[in-house]
Amino acid sequence: MRSCVRSSRALSPALFPRLLSDAGCWGTRPARRGLWSTPRNLSSGADPQQQTPLPSQARVVICGGGIVGTSVAYHLAKLGWTEIVLLEQGRLGAGTTRMCAGIVSVAKALFIESKMADYSCALYERLEEETGVKTGFVRTGSLCLAQNQDRFLSLKRLASRLKVMGISCNVLKPKEVAKLHPLVNIHDLVGALHLPGDAVVSPPDVNHALATAAAAHGVQIHERTHVNHILMEKGHVTGVETDRGHIECEYFVNCAGQWGYELGQASETKVSVPLHGCEHFYLLTKPLEKPLAPNTPVVMDMDGRIYVRAWQGGVLSGGFEKNPKPIFTEGRNQLDVHNMLEDWDHFEPMLSALLRRMPGLESCEIHQLVNCPESFTPDMRCLMGETPGVHGYYALAGMNSSGLSFAGGAGKYLAEWMTYGYPTANVWPLDIKRFGNLQSSRTFLRHRVMEVTPLLYELKVPRWDFQTGRQLRTSPLYDRLDTQGGRWMEKHGFERAKYFVPPGKDLLSLDQSKTFYKPDWFDIVGAEVKCCKEAVCVIDMSSFTKFELTSSGDEALVLLQHLCANDLDVPVGHIVHTGMLNERGGYENDCSVVRVKKNSFFIISPTDQQVHSWSWIKKYMPNDPQLHLEDVSWKYTALNLIGPRAMDVLSELSYVSMTPDHFPSLFCKEMSVGYANGIRVMSMTHTGEPGFMLYVPIEYALHVYNEVMSVGQKYGIRNAGYYALRSLRIEKFFAFWGQDLDSFTTPLECGREFRVKFDKDMDFVGRDALMQQRQAGVTRRFVMLVLEDHDTELDLWPWWGEPIYCNGQLAGVTTSSAYSYTLERHVCLGFVSTPAGPDGAPTPITPDFINRGDYEVDIAGQRYPAKAKLYPFSSLFAQQRRRKDDMELSNFQGK
Amino acid sequence: MYGAVTSTLSKMLTSPCIQRVRQHMSVINWKTANYGCLMLKVRLCHSFDQSMDLTNGNYPASTVHSKRKYRSNSSPNQMASSQVNHILKANEYSFRVTGYEGRSGGSVVGLESNILASNSPSEDRRSAATCLQSRGMLFGVFDGHAGSACAQAVSERLFYYIAVSLLPLQTLLDIEEAVENDRPVMPMLQWHKHLNDYVSMDAGKLYFNSLRTYWQEHIDLHEDTNDEDIPTALTNAFKRLDNDISLEAQVHFGDPLSLCTPLRVALSGCTACVAHVDGDDLHVANLGDSRGVLGVQEADGSWSALTITNDHNAQNPDEMQRVLSEHPSLERKTVVKHDRLLGHLLPFRAFGDIKFKWSSELLNRMSEARPDILSGNEFAKMVPSNYYTPPYLIAEPEVTHHKLRPQDKFLILATDGLWELMHRQTVVQVIGEHLSSLNWQKPLTAVSFTLGQMQRLLQERKSRALSALEDENSVTHLIRHALGSDGFGSVDPRRLAKMLSLPQDLARMYRDDITIIVIHFNNPVM
Repeated sequence: MRSCVRSSRALSPALFPRLLSDAGCWGTRPARRGLWSTPRNLSSGADPQQQTPLPSQARVVICGGGIVGTSVAYHLAKLGWTEIVLLEQGRLGAGTTRMCAGIVSVAKALFIESKMADYSCALYERLEEETGVKTGFVRTGSLCLAQNQDRFLSLKRLASRLKVMGISCNVLKPKEVAKLHPLVNIHDLVGALHLPGDAVVSPPDVNHALATAAAAHGVQIHERTHVNHILMEKGHVTGVETDRGHIECEYFVNCAGQWGYELGQASETKVSVPLHGCEHFYLLTKPLEKPLAPNTPVVMDMDGRIYVRAWQGGVLSGGFEKNPKPIFTEGRNQLDVHNMLEDWDHFEPMLSALLRRMPGLESCEIHQLVNCPESFTPDMRCLMGETPGVHGYYALAGMNSSGLSFAGGAGKYLAEWMTYGYPTANVWPLDIKRFGNLQSSRTFLRHRVMEVTPLLYELKVPRWDFQTGRQLRTSPLYDRLDTQGGRWMEKHGFERAKYFVPPGKDLLSLDQSKTFYKPDWFDIVGAEVKCCKEAVCVIDMSSFTKFELTSSGDEALVLLQHLCANDLDVPVGHIVHTGMLNERGGYENDCSVVRVKKNSFFIISPTDQQVHSWSWIKKYMPNDPQLHLEDVSWKYTALNLIGPRAMDVLSELSYVSMTPDHFPSLFCKEMSVGYANGIRVMSMTHTGEPGFMLYVPIEYALHVYNEVMSVGQKYGIRNAGYYALRSLRIEKFFAFWGQDLDSFTTPLECGREFRVKFDKDMDFVGRDALMQQRQAGVTRRFVMLVLEDHDTELDLWPWWGEPIYCNGQLAGVTTSSAYSYTLERHVCLGFVSTPAGPDGAPTPITPDFINRGDYEVDIAGQRYPAKAKLYPFSSLFAQQRRRKDDMELSNFQGK
Repeated sequence: MYGAVTSTLSKMLTSPCIQRVRQHMSVINWKTANYGCLMLKVRLCHSFDQSMDLTNGNYPASTVHSKRKYRSNSSPNQMASSQVNHILKANEYSFRVTGYEGRSGGSVVGLESNILASNSPSEDRRSAATCLQSRGMLFGVFDGHAGSACAQAVSERLFYYIAVSLLPLQTLLDIEEAVENDRPVMPMLQWHKHLNDYVSMDAGKLYFNSLRTYWQEHIDLHEDTNDEDIPTALTNAFKRLDNDISLEAQVHFGDPLSLCTPLRVALSGCTACVAHVDGDDLHVANLGDSRGVLGVQEADGSWSALTITNDHNAQNPDEMQRVLSEHPSLERKTVVKHDRLLGHLLPFRAFGDIKFKWSSELLNRMSEARPDILSGNEFAKMVPSNYYTPPYLIAEPEVTHHKLRPQDKFLILATDGLWELMHRQTVVQVIGEHLSSLNWQKPLTAVSFTLGQMQRLLQERKSRALSALEDENSVTHLIRHALGSDGFGSVDPRRLAKMLSLPQDLARMYRDDITIIVIHFNNPVM
């Protein structure tokens, strides 16, 4: 299946043979009718038959010679790795890289993505100097246009986020846009964001330059070599089988882009690389009458779903259409990447959008319509890191059509990951372990990417959910809850209720409900929260990841004592909240562990931790037949009974007193509820409110739910959803892993020293780092910010990622936020740090800094004063309640 | 609002769509008097359908509500486009030949068909079936007159007669043996039916016995059927069926219980246009004034029509000549009057219509035996005037053979209801463009275009494609054009709505029942 790049359009990125370890790898040059014509040095084309043989051994084998693969090779080599072999089935940069549009932009959805793009931009700029290869790098800057206020808001939010990272950007008026770009029609614009740092390059040349630099550092590059499958032994990569022979290796990196999924399937233990291809079109024009200057800014008109850049005096313009065409669902077929058909009818909406944005192009002649397949992932973020289950198997793919922007930074992070065990930044949102086998269905991927592709340019408002690929995992109560008005969101394939629409009440349709302001469900969630505070609510929380760790001796306890920061040698029946930390003291997992029996533990972790947490525990788990770890997520339905009357409901159903005297907090007991026996009842609610979690074997789920609902009727029971839960936990200052906590956050930084067993003379992962930090003092601190002078009705709502200012200086970023119905204020959670000391090093943070500082939260450029707190204010809750009681009494008197 | 509802309702009730409603609502207790109630239920039914669709598609329920809101805004006086679509699509049918069935049809990849009634109930019928014991597929349209009984019977029976005519002797022997010994018989036909194409159950035994006699005669008379000779087989089947219809009526006309069946069948009539496709051999047996037209795509992509049947009516000089030559020259003036056979019948060949076939003695005997059947019949008199030398009407089809070529993309069989409204060239054009727009033609290479030119071209193509995409079924699309054409190649929705909401007595003046089958042939476009 060695791919033949004989298409007349194919390009040869002819490298300097002298720079290469084996010049024989480079093939003959086919006739060129390329998109990118930069002067190149001709290589003396060697006959493909005389390819140098592959080495029999290497440390790392990288599969994929696109921009991503070469970037990984380059960065690994820079970090001092030797014996790196890069295999490419066709020619370097012959896939998506060859045809992509060549825009490097920092306008990305996530911090980490903007960071990668920023690094890539800097890297590509200096590559030319480093290698002498021309990369076509022009720092053009880019303009993100807004046709409506909502879009403008999202651009302003992006701007304030970029400012946190020190990336320069300016919010512009339409008139200023006209000054920067000669062709843009500004009549329907509300505003724009100018990113002066953005650039355009010639992607195959960057690819070429990276390969040249990598080769100079000793990386061996072999073209026309097809990887057949990956060899493994005992869960470790041992080698690679190619059509040209066998290579033994310790590490394998899957950078196969479009073919990453298939390559993942081509190994003994199948590796899930959930990505799917979609056709992507862009148009090239002939030069304009007055040729467009090469440094004309890139235009991104997301409301028109298009981007435009200058190209050889004309323009290059593509877009992300509403009805994308997924491709390669059946895997590789006769459709060669290089012979993709143009589809003008499909391109029509984008052409119309282009002519609307730049009417001056009307008389410009068409050069070509390019069809360049791109790969997309189920959540619009790339796939990076070591795959679960196979040591030494890394992946970097699924770039969601930002491959060029990400490749530099992503390659660097992956190289760091392979070198140090983890990159220097938090890449959890990109970690391939956020997915498991359950996202690996071709049908699922095909349907999901059809939603993801248009979403790239769609307005992303707080709390949007994917609409495709749904109802995969559901609780047994799903239908019951759905008929009671449940509205659903999805996490890790699991349907979770957001809130319950009361009968007779109707919400806006999905499209209309998009807002940055007060959402339409505000009162519904408010009623649910009130019910949690005053009576009792049921939340179905079955999606949580649940593991059971058992052993015949004390092996389970020993393992957990080593893994967890908190002491687990507690009496049977106790629940321990604990983090599982890495060597740096950062949270790899934040879980609740129940000692069910002497040598049996029940571990409850966040929903999306299913794969990551499993592989983390497995990594430290000795290969001991006495020790048994089982994923029991599917075995239990979890019902959360929140509220002061929860104990009344439960005691009525079990004839057992559930008062705190009889059932203390953080305690677990197996008991009967209704007819069902063996229900694990735990006195915790994940919100700080009183109540119980019931872990019900699934066959009892409906029974227990029905009983709870019918008995609860007289206590005013009702269903509640995750939005209520979120509001409750945030006003109580509860941090959630994945949102607030990450692998760079230590327990000390979020005020959880009390959950670390410093006093016990016991070693655990991360202890040394924590001891050191305790000595030196923390430099960043998790705080709770209560917005003041913020009008819930009229002002923009906070979401996450808003900059926090202390005394006018940038101090940190929020990680989550919610409206507190009790405080009647918005509460943001986030991290702040002190300004650097005179020596440039960060200084330890003091309670004074938190309590005395004047804090502000920046929402889309508007700053709102906030009160920073280190602890939740329990006093305020009591006060509030008392005042409320007064109100009700006075009501009785008045009339 | 109530007034508006009733006015829509009265429109609906007088339009042919009542028929559809009646079928559709058969579950709900139908009361003609209770108009308001009906209307409500129709509305309910609509929105219910829609919400079902949406929930199946996993949309959030809120979308459903907004859709509902939108629906109630549509103007009550104009027939809503959803109503129009409902009428047009009520009888649409499509069938795609899968690999398994493909072995017998070979070149047929699928069929699409539709019936739009003007009479109530419709007098047209359609049939499509795959021959299981012999090779090939059969398709037919049947245009009934003087009631639908004959068309119904022929649409059910004719293909069996054809199948028997085509079967090798050995198969017939096997079948006969199985019937004799009460063993299960091998099925001869696989029908491809729409739910509304019902089967009359009451005459099954009679029909079967007639058919059995037919194959028994085959077994007795023939050594073996020469399966090369499809035209003869088709002709024999036609003639035999008509003969059986006539015989059954003679045997049973004294039986007062047979009011509905054999006599009714024989007194009414129908034309037939039947296509048999086996590999690249296309045989069309035509009887009457329905028509088969091939859609041919020329090398330059343009479409042209090739008519492969001859109409059997006064417009066809050959047919005129035939009819006149079969009767004494004395009758020259009376045989065909006002372009009609004996001044009554438009088609010159048909099944049934014993009033143009039996001797006048036989007819008189029948009218004496059964005076009841005359009442309410449109030919009040049993024996037509100037009835001297019967039979005047024959059931011998004209069979044409055509070798399918790669450029033959589809075959249209349609009753005269279509051909009255539309020229064959336009018909082929509409279907052909529908086919290619569904398959998104690749446009010209764009090298010499400017962006503006390209945009205009694409937008034009898009608007044309959109109108085509409204109907997935090309036949429905064709009917939409036939009724609503504005004369410039596109559909005027108001004209279409008017045509469909005509009261029944008026409707008959503007359009006949329309029945169309389009058979798609194997080619790379499909």
